[in-house]
Amino acid sequence: MTANTALREADDPRSLQVRFSEDQPLQMDSGALLAPLTIAYQTYGTLNADKSNAVLICHALTGDQHVANIHPVTGKPGWWAAMVGPGRPIDTDRYFVICSNVVGGCMGSTGPASVNPATGKPYGLEMPVVTIRDMVRAQAMLIDHLGIDTLFCVAGGSMGGMQVLQWAASYPERVFSALPVATAARHSAQNIAFHEVGRQAVMADPDWRGGAYAEFGVRPVKGLAVARMAAHITYLSEGALQRKFGRKLQDRDSRTFSFDADFQIENYLRHQGSSFVDRFDANSYLYVTRACDYFDLSADYDGKLAHAFQNAVKTRFCVVSFNSDWLYTTAEARAIVHALNAATAPVSFVEIASDKGHDAFLLDEPDFMSTTRGFLEAAAKARGLRERAP
Amino acid sequence: MTARVDHIALAEMVQPGARVLDVGCGDGALLQLLAQTRNVDGRGIELSQAGVNECVARGLSVVQGDADRDLADYADGAFDYVILSQTLQATHRPKDVLRDLLRIGKHAIVSFPNFGHWKVRSQLMFGGRMPRNESLPYAWYDTPNIHFCTIADFVRLTQELDATIERSMAFDRAGQKLRVNAPWWAWNLFGEQAAFLLRR
Repeated sequence: MTANTALREADDPRSLQVRFSEDQPLQMDSGALLAPLTIAYQTYGTLNADKSNAVLICHALTGDQHVANIHPVTGKPGWWAAMVGPGRPIDTDRYFVICSNVVGGCMGSTGPASVNPATGKPYGLEMPVVTIRDMVRAQAMLIDHLGIDTLFCVAGGSMGGMQVLQWAASYPERVFSALPVATAARHSAQNIAFHEVGRQAVMADPDWRGGAYAEFGVRPVKGLAVARMAAHITYLSEGALQRKFGRKLQDRDSRTFSFDADFQIENYLRHQGSSFVDRFDANSYLYVTRACDYFDLSADYDGKLAHAFQNAVKTRFCVVSFNSDWLYTTAEARAIVHALNAATAPVSFVEIASDKGHDAFLLDEPDFMSTTRGFLEAAAKARGLRERAP
Repeated sequence: MTARVDHIALAEMVQPGARVLDVGCGDGALLQLLAQTRNVDGRGIELSQAGVNECVARGLSVVQGDADRDLADYADGAFDYVILSQTLQATHRPKDVLRDLLRIGKHAIVSFPNFGHWKVRSQLMFGGRMPRNESLPYAWYDTPNIHFCTIADFVRLTQELDATIERSMAFDRAGQKLRVNAPWWAWNLFGEQAAFLLRR
């Protein structure tokens, strides 16, 4: 796939789209009004007659709406194919699953790579800075557009989990159950630090051109690849890296005494970096990382996280963390659980044992799958949803 | 599903509609019984992954955690009842845990195996070995039960913590209650299990 394919996806995605015109602008936390606004989304399964079986999935930083179908750019299975599909824990034979590309993304929802109708050129840095709450507001506009009042479940990991928490805080009466996974109620200093390294790598690339690279027909692919390499390390665990790569050499018997990719881990990271730039826009990377950095749910509620959930006392929560995840740690998950307990919301919490680090939430981890299945089945019973057709 | 006899006895101590925290809730059987028969708003804490998964699948609200570490995070008087069923002997600091139960709950319900039972005493006295039986199946070196006590020991602990005993009961092997008016020494000798309803 060429870089051009990814860019075309930003304005002409192979997805469903809804366009909100000038009279329905997105009110952003920065004070900006974004209009027109396009939301690109995918759906799976069928919405039932009383519209009570809708599951909204919120994607992570560099994820997109292609949860459970073959990705149009990479040709690979959807990013949560293990979790979502017929007979899967989020069962598309039973639930109507919706996933939209976040505002600020690059897979068809309005973002820096989208053409600004006012100028006929991509927004670039003219795009207002996006927050997690802005992403959730845009999702709520989509859900309104689909005529759905209450979501049976809002689920997501990492940045997607932040959106789940924001949904519970902003629209508690519209969230019957919530599944925030491998996430935090605020971005830690360490996480902001890693994001800043990534952004600086992009901006240090001469082809970034102050964000206006599209006008020059270039892309800062080297900087973006380095950003991805650094970030990718944070998605893994030391144990998994050691188990998978150790100090093994790449297609050679001895060191070359050069700066070639002697080690398998180097080769792996270079591959992660170079394949990422085929599907992702560099400016979009700046915007979505910034959205995570700005996220601090308690800040909107006098610094008291429990107050964020004070109206979510009927929403059933299941918080999940992974014990080897050092990006969004179990301690961060417990802080969410404590706040939910203090708000008297019904909450379950599971720490899944896995050595796969933050990435574990994307993988077919049996305990995670069975927890999710059990949580949703119990919630479906409480919601009065019909059993899965035999 | 047939409810355990001791669970039914514990459930009888709980007022209908109460807010209940079950510490060490296992597979959630007691919480489910309480939800079904006493209409409680129940929450649980459970250490094991398998237990938490079963609870979540039953639709219960259960947090994976540890009685020794996580009770400190709960607010004073947050629950009407805090239950510690067959778990006290497995905690590292039973006194601190009991103090937390009495702080978090308006009432605490504690059940535990009685190490003063005559069979336990006789195994130690005549066998000279650490007691093992159906309800205490572990060898001394791999038992999770690190802080056994007798009914008399437990009553002493409640006094040290200035707790009031509202109700108490002892069970035989089949889970049947012993005679209510039997003296403490008889319970301490013939009760395999004991359960107490306490308040601050």
